[in-house]
Amino acid sequence: MAIVFDRFDVFAGGLGITFQLCLLSAAGALLIGTVVAVLRLSPLAPLRAAGTAYVTVFRNIPLTVIFFFAAFGLPELGSGADFLRIPGLDAVFPRLGLDLPYFRFAIIALSVYTGAFVCEALRSGVNAVAPGQAEAARAIGLTFAQNLRFVILPQAWRFAVVPVGTVIIAMLKNSALAGFFGVIGDLSSAADTLTSQEGLPVIPVFAGISIGYLVLTVPLGILLDRVEHRRAAQQ
Amino acid sequence: MSTLYDVPGPRARRRATVLSGLVALVLLAAGYLLIYRPLAAQGQFTAAKWGSLVDPSNPNFVLLWKRLGVGLRNTVAAAGLAVVASLLLGTGLAVLRTRLRAQRQRRYPRLGATLAPVARGLTVLLDWLARAGVETIRGLPVVIAIFFVARSLPQFGLPLGDLAYIVIGLTVYNGVVIGEILRSGMMGLPRAQREAALALGLTEAQTIRLVLLPQAFRVMLPALVSQVVVVLKDTSIGGVVVGYDELLKVASLAVQVLHNPIQLLAVVAAMYLVLNYSLSRLATYLRDRVSARRAR
Repeated sequence: MAIVFDRFDVFAGGLGITFQLCLLSAAGALLIGTVVAVLRLSPLAPLRAAGTAYVTVFRNIPLTVIFFFAAFGLPELGSGADFLRIPGLDAVFPRLGLDLPYFRFAIIALSVYTGAFVCEALRSGVNAVAPGQAEAARAIGLTFAQNLRFVILPQAWRFAVVPVGTVIIAMLKNSALAGFFGVIGDLSSAADTLTSQEGLPVIPVFAGISIGYLVLTVPLGILLDRVEHRRAAQQ
Repeated sequence: MSTLYDVPGPRARRRATVLSGLVALVLLAAGYLLIYRPLAAQGQFTAAKWGSLVDPSNPNFVLLWKRLGVGLRNTVAAAGLAVVASLLLGTGLAVLRTRLRAQRQRRYPRLGATLAPVARGLTVLLDWLARAGVETIRGLPVVIAIFFVARSLPQFGLPLGDLAYIVIGLTVYNGVVIGEILRSGMMGLPRAQREAALALGLTEAQTIRLVLLPQAFRVMLPALVSQVVVVLKDTSIGGVVVGYDELLKVASLAVQVLHNPIQLLAVVAAMYLVLNYSLSRLATYLRDRVSARRAR
């Protein structure tokens, strides 16, 4: 087990990169998920169809395929995902500004995939609001937009916190694929470098990497359990 | 979501039709300008890129589709094996955890005042260990599970091959998930089911096997089918991490020769989509049937 302490910098650095990747991807996924959820709730059929198509496609193809698209398809189209080199933000997350695009590709793949699941989680929150609320809002003459903004969404996000959190936990775990698609120095690529290039014994490395992921997933899971229990107790 | 807006009257309906038409036009125009045009400008719709996939007279056509067929078969084989193994492991785990939970109620009166607390402490410890193990494995990425199975088994003198590594890696993770699904299915049953079975004189093991587990399987069937979709998608990790010859791996090897990543990946994505969408529909259908039976 001494390896975990000897190479603590590698594990901690991997945790840091994975955390940055997940933070940015979570932001992207929430953004995409919200837009798609609004599309799916809209009264206009073509917008609903577009939202449904997005969710159906990205929930049913493997994340690995999307990573492939990002890592091989985007360069083929001559894109280095440079729109993610957001000035100011790349000072906080130096990886965003690198000439090597794989960190940005990983963010795109994770956001696009997770966005579909976020949309469904948000929608389940909207569906959980008692129907009488929307009906009452309509009865006092609120329009669709007012209804959403003042009545439904403020209540829906409370119901959606736990499902969205579950989706984000799944995304934290899915981010392990990034190390196999060109992202250097995150937890999963650290696992590869330490075992294959440096030839360190597998079990201690595995333990260190596992602890890295558990540090991210377990506290979030416990937090969500708390929220869920409190919600259940309130009702 | 009909509760969000009123049932449209004739004027609102007319307005909605016009707006829908406009929006559809805008979406189509955006699709054409932002997706089709740039792709066409880069020559992504030429015969050179699509020929090997759609043109039977292309020299690569037959070989490519034969290889994709092999990949699909390997994907389905890995997923099928992993699902069966996960169901077995999951059932075992669900039974184990349900029994440990029931065991915690026992007071062991025959063991006497000194041994009884020891026995109780032991069951509590085992229960806690099982729970900690389940939570740990659920908190780890499947990618890491498969990766370390593939790296560690050869070191322990078990070079089982790529298929075995993927199946074991997927089974460890999904077995635990399915175990939790079944356990929550058993816990969700009315308490009277268990009490009535015990009152009839069935043992704890018989109660689980004959009364609780069959009902849990039926109630949780939709969730189990959804988990099959997850397994099927996760087999593609095997191609990347271990190098197993599944659908996506086949495609990525072909890309190196044919240089058409976008076209090949689109076809592969469509194959996954058809397969998984059918399974998702099946899960929805089963869910509706289960809830209809509940309502009756």
